Amino acid sequence: MEQLLLLLIFLPLVGALVTTFSGTAAKHVALFSSIVSLALTIAVVCNFTPDASTQFVVNYPWIQDLGISFHAGIDGISIITVILTNVLIPLIILTGYKHEYKNGNALFALILFMQSGLLIVFTALDAFLFYIGWEAALIPIYFICAVWGGKDRIKVNMKFFVYTIAGSLFMLVGIIYLYLQNPAHNFDIQAFYNLNLDGAQQGWVFWAFFIAFAIKMPVFPFHTWQPSTYTEAPAVGTMLLSGIMLKMGIYGVIRWLLPIAPAGLQQWGYIVIILSVIGIIYASLIAFTQKDAKRLVAYSSIAHVGLISAGIFALNTQGMQGAMIQMLSHGINVVGLFFVLDIISSRLKTNRISELGGIAKQAPILAITALIIVLGTVALPGTNGFIGEFLLLMGVYQYNIWIAAFAGLTIIFGAVYMLRMYQNVMLGKTNDLTIGFADIAGTEKVVLYTICALIIALGVYPKPILQLSEASVQHLIEQVTQKLTSVN
Amino acid sequence: MNIIITIAVTALVVLYAGLFKAKKALLPITLIGLLTALGFVAVSWNTDQVYYGMMQMDNFALAFSGITILGTLFIFLLTQNYFAKDSENIAEYFTLILFALVGIVIMVSYKNMSMLFIGLEIMSVSLYILAGIRKSNFASNEASLKYFLMGAFSTGFLLFGITLIYGATGSFDLDAINNYLVGNYTSISPMFYSGLILMMIGLSFKIGAAPFHFWVPDVYEGSPTLIMSFMSTVVKTAGFAAFLRLFADTFAPLHDFWMPPLMVIVCLTLLIGNVTALFQKNFKRMLAYSSVSHAGYLLFSLIALTANSANNVLVYAAAYTFASIIAFGVLIIVKQKTGSDHFDSFNGLAKRNPLIAFVLTVAMLSLAGIPLTAGFIGKYLMFLNVMQEYQILLVAFAILNALVGFYYYFKVIVAMYFKEGKEIELETPAQYRVVLVLSVIITLFLGIYPAVILNLI
Repeated sequence: MEQLLLLLIFLPLVGALVTTFSGTAAKHVALFSSIVSLALTIAVVCNFTPDASTQFVVNYPWIQDLGISFHAGIDGISIITVILTNVLIPLIILTGYKHEYKNGNALFALILFMQSGLLIVFTALDAFLFYIGWEAALIPIYFICAVWGGKDRIKVNMKFFVYTIAGSLFMLVGIIYLYLQNPAHNFDIQAFYNLNLDGAQQGWVFWAFFIAFAIKMPVFPFHTWQPSTYTEAPAVGTMLLSGIMLKMGIYGVIRWLLPIAPAGLQQWGYIVIILSVIGIIYASLIAFTQKDAKRLVAYSSIAHVGLISAGIFALNTQGMQGAMIQMLSHGINVVGLFFVLDIISSRLKTNRISELGGIAKQAPILAITALIIVLGTVALPGTNGFIGEFLLLMGVYQYNIWIAAFAGLTIIFGAVYMLRMYQNVMLGKTNDLTIGFADIAGTEKVVLYTICALIIALGVYPKPILQLSEASVQHLIEQVTQKLTSVN
Repeated sequence: MNIIITIAVTALVVLYAGLFKAKKALLPITLIGLLTALGFVAVSWNTDQVYYGMMQMDNFALAFSGITILGTLFIFLLTQNYFAKDSENIAEYFTLILFALVGIVIMVSYKNMSMLFIGLEIMSVSLYILAGIRKSNFASNEASLKYFLMGAFSTGFLLFGITLIYGATGSFDLDAINNYLVGNYTSISPMFYSGLILMMIGLSFKIGAAPFHFWVPDVYEGSPTLIMSFMSTVVKTAGFAAFLRLFADTFAPLHDFWMPPLMVIVCLTLLIGNVTALFQKNFKRMLAYSSVSHAGYLLFSLIALTANSANNVLVYAAAYTFASIIAFGVLIIVKQKTGSDHFDSFNGLAKRNPLIAFVLTVAMLSLAGIPLTAGFIGKYLMFLNVMQEYQILLVAFAILNALVGFYYYFKVIVAMYFKEGKEIELETPAQYRVVLVLSVIITLFLGIYPAVILNLI
């Protein structure tokens, strides 16, 4: 069983190497590698017992003098993010199939390299390993966005890179601090959980970690890098960033921030929740005014993440479970949305809402799949978005009724700007630009059908996913509450 | 001792080989000599020999000798065709570099302050000549003169400091001085304090720490690139080893006294090095300022003296040396083809030269301190070092500087990969390829599995 996790982490790395040197067959090799990863993930899920324990644990000494080990494992929380990563990566690679990329093999190799980094982040039980994975996922996405992006890519990506790395350096200081506080002088997560830090110390640790995670998610006001980075990135880059990468921040909060510094959460948590709600309203309002569809989706993503973050910091089972399933749903939906926009822009060379219209008449299949994705995003009952947002709002409601009321605006706002965008892009009169729009075919169909199927399946029957994480989430909340009572 | 003799004899043999016009034999002789010296380093490991109270070949000295000899060896491999166009008598260059290396080995192994001075002078005098070795080049002459004046000036400070300390303690011997400090802790002569500060200034000049760094950019820019790579890697490492031997061991009891001024030096060095590097349009000058900023990080090991301070410097110096050798190697190739060391001459390089672009990227990532490269481990150890005394403010300041660093190191990556340029194909001689690829392998290996080098000293 142990080998399974090692295989899961390192297979993409091997895939990346092979892809680099496989010339024109690169995309097929990359797809094959990612599908094998998906098969492995299915094997992991089948062998996973849905209780609070950490399974598939691997623990090898790595740099012993510094107390660093290669310690990783999967519990109910990480399994969700692992599923998310390994389901989305093959889809994202497929979306790149129709593009003619210069040096395509480098692009696909970088995607697989990033997959490895992401899986390390989502399974690491050693803080140093976590940090390495955190950075290892950043470097490939920087290159993907900066090499294959739009015309403003260099400046925008430098901002993105410096922003994120600033956050992670603060996290590194936090990690070193915990390491020094740890009498065993190692980076083991359990030892970090068991540290007896007083309230003030936890406050500092809280901020050191929170800034890194907040920049990644991004939570208002750390979001300023996000819209332009999403807009300038190539479609695959946007999908990787919004679909998977921002979940690194959410996962980091759940796995590291809450259990290590609950007292910091108690002191500062309300500020985070208020920031999240401000972010929801602010991003929604800006989304209304966007003329570019890609930018609109980017802002809507900030609003959705704001709700997830509020739900987590409310610190109850509903909120946390909602965050788990919403991570998965948001990943699937946002990849779908960006892919639809990518299909449009690769045919018409524009994503400006005002220039589009009437695509539905020309491309009915695209219009129907896009509608399902949009409905998933606006959380219509019966779609995956509904389950997550409902649970999240329930969680926030238990925390504070007024905050829940404001957070609930996200659903109303979201429905308005999303449906209006859909209306303006897909419906209405066909204009000169959209008259010859060809409907989706081939790999495009495969991707969009899969995404629609997932949206409906998760919306109608979310129980298997909720069951996977339930025990771990409850265990986590007990752990945090227990630690809080011992500090007070 | 064997190490010094081997290198000195090699230098003389090379000189004679030059006399008999055996040009083809120069490099092989040098390499054999250096490999033999490396062999002696390995053999003497853990023996801790002391030579007449003057030099002590402990593991500290051996580790730093090893890294400097290896660095020199790599730089020699880069000499292929490099000096041939400047002069007929390339044996002189080889000999001078080897003599400088003799001085360096003495500098890292002294046990007596007179040996520190002798080692430093052997090294410096060779370097004065090397900096100005392009006789007809104005910049090279300027570099040489500037370096000589500044070097002489700083040696003056150092000597004056040594004299005052001798006046206070009556000895040049490091152990005797240390005993004096421990024995008379409450009644240390004021002369000693002044001597210590003067020595700190003298050594700061040598390692190019701000505010004593003004010579660095001009000298580095004016010197031939290969000589600059020697000065900014091997020589700098030696300077730090000398600094460390004195301050981390002998003067350690007075840490509370000399730490605050050193802190000022560190902060200034980081700030000036990084901020000025940010505005450079010339790759070579950017490397010069970045080398100033690395001096700042290296001094972290003295801000908080821990059991691992010396080893941390070794790791950092190794990471910095190999990454810099890559950067200079690529710079030489690019300059030979384009005639310029401006950032623009790297534009669009990745298209036709994927290998070169890749190795330079790894070097820049390592200098910037990105995980999975040796540079990250070095920076991590330095941060860990100061965090042990909870110098949070210093760490926060260093983080801001590291961020600036990311920006200018990425400039060259941006130029190579993301900008359009003339599609030139660089000529990479085989030896260059060997050095570049080996350095990349070392950089990545130390980044992924640094355990091999963590407990050397």
